[in-house]
Amino acid sequence: MKNTTGLFALPARVLHWLMAAMILAMLFIGVGMVASVSERHAWLLRIHKPLGIAILVLAVVRLAVRLRYPPPPLPADLPMLQKLAAHASHWLLYALMIAMPLVGWAMLSAGGYPVMLSDSLRLPAIFPAGPIAFAVLRHLHSWLAMLLFLTFLAHMAAALYHGLIRRDGVLASMIARRRE
Amino acid sequence: MPESPTPKKRPRHLGAWVLIAAVPAACALAFGYVGGWLAPQRLTPKRLVDQFEANAGVHPGYRRNHAKGVCVAGYFQSSGQAAPYSMAQVFASGQRTPVVGRFAIPGSNPYAPDNSVPIRSMALRFTQANGQQWRTGMNSMPVFPVATPQAFYAQLQAQQPDPATGKPDPKKVATFFAAHPETAAFRAWAKTAKPSASFATESYWSLDAFVFTGSDGLRHAVRWRMVPQSADDDSAAPAADADYLAADLRQRLSHGPLRWKLEVTLANPGDPTDDATKAWPADRQTVDAGTLVVESEQAQDSGPCRDINYDPTVLPSGIQPSDDPLLPARSAAYADSYLRRTSEEAHLPGTAALPAKAQPEARP
Ligand code: HEM
Ligand code: HEM
Repeated sequence: MKNTTGLFALPARVLHWLMAAMILAMLFIGVGMVASVSERHAWLLRIHKPLGIAILVLAVVRLAVRLRYPPPPLPADLPMLQKLAAHASHWLLYALMIAMPLVGWAMLSAGGYPVMLSDSLRLPAIFPAGPIAFAVLRHLHSWLAMLLFLTFLAHMAAALYHGLIRRDGVLASMIARRRE
Repeated sequence: MPESPTPKKRPRHLGAWVLIAAVPAACALAFGYVGGWLAPQRLTPKRLVDQFEANAGVHPGYRRNHAKGVCVAGYFQSSGQAAPYSMAQVFASGQRTPVVGRFAIPGSNPYAPDNSVPIRSMALRFTQANGQQWRTGMNSMPVFPVATPQAFYAQLQAQQPDPATGKPDPKKVATFFAAHPETAAFRAWAKTAKPSASFATESYWSLDAFVFTGSDGLRHAVRWRMVPQSADDDSAAPAADADYLAADLRQRLSHGPLRWKLEVTLANPGDPTDDATKAWPADRQTVDAGTLVVESEQAQDSGPCRDINYDPTVLPSGIQPSDDPLLPARSAAYADSYLRRTSEEAHLPGTAALPAKAQPEARP
């Protein structure tokens, strides 16, 4: 099925902005909680785990939406290198929004912690407990988060570039505001 | 249709380029501030744990505090008497819950002699049948010296050994205590406390307050204490052996299990839950929640307690943290310490190598 509207499908747009807010919030919550010894540490961690799992669920839905409704093509005159960068960064973002929660879940499992999403809701372990796996996964969680943040910054700069400099409808295709 | 782009350099694009650079830059700055990299004055878990290392050196693979200890295992037999106050499965009548624990002495040096401090600690992980866990770390003293992580950090800084003498500077320690009158109750206790000859004869206090929730939804502020059922024979600690506590434990367990009663104290309205330096009045209602039975011990280098982080905020439904500011600080610092020691166990690049074999070395 080809996209002829020049827009992302409505579910894709809704998921995009909802998850953008959630993921950006998660990045700030994550670095904020591990750099705090105050009550902030406790309540941020209480938000972090269920919100992260919600992102995992939504990411799977989003991937399905992405495969079901192809996005509008990039402008034909976009230089090859920029097209390549756009596609690579989009797939990297999809990969990271799935990998981050899985690594978070796996690292708590490897650390022997009960994976509690609330006072009483516990997810099963998805990785055998062990100190080596824990340490590797815990560091991976940090490094992938940094990669996600940098990819997000580049993604946001590129969107602004399309919207403000090129004015080529790429930003509009996600905002659903067609330019006359 | 997308319009044809003609990105000609016109002055009005200048503002656009500035925006394209400024928005991500502002985002990165905010991230750096929230993450603490751009807020060097904030007390972070890393700075707390760095201070433990500054005071006692880095001992790869070991906990950054309570470094010297021994693993134990056993179970908790509930009496059912705490069940009306907390719906945690561990308190259900007749319930038996497996426990992996650890006895230790405070301090960051895993080779410190057992008589170097008058405090002993007990850490426990209860694994409930429903998969939820209760982790707790308790000390053998009725009050904690400080009420906040900031004061705890200041105390650690004051106790940092002077490079010239290898010992804390008494003037700095005195200055700290003068500036922190809340330490008075602890100091009064410490004056008369002496290092016990056994882990088995000590009481261990939660110190921090927690909140029990019953199945009726009612909340109760509590503290608890493990009360030893082994008689204190008041024997003096054998001065010759630096590791007498582990030897004593092994010897006692070879004759049979050791027991503690879990005594839960219910707060009266108004009792402080956010200040571990203040004991609650002695007349508060207490509940005998059941019996901890310790059956076996194992060296900490290879025992099951090694890779457990006894984070006191890992709690089953029915127990919650209180507003005690030490609790989130402990959770954050223990996680940092846990990551350092597991990274060392994993031989990750940039971490110090583990000692070839744990050997007691002559350290003051
Ligand atoms: C999109 C999803 C997620 C993002 C973007 C994210 C991001 C982060 C970040 C940035 C940190 C701080 C890392 C550091 O600076 O060291 C962090 C820590 C953490 N994350 Fe996540 N996370 C996600 C999902 C999850 C999930 C699903 C879980 C668990 C179920 C989880 C559990 C944790 C824990 C426990 C920590 C702190 C560990 C500690 O105190 O040492 N995260 N996360
Ligand atoms: C802000 C104050 C505190 C800080 C920063 C702190 C820090 C630490 C650290 C870094 C560890 C090593 C954790 C690990 O690697 O697993 C530790 C262990 C321990 N702490 Fe604290 N602590 C604090 C307050 C307390 C209090 C109030 C208690 C007593 C109720 C306590 C009892 C224990 C015990 C029993 C252990 C040993 C746990 C074990 O055997 O694994 N701590 N502490």
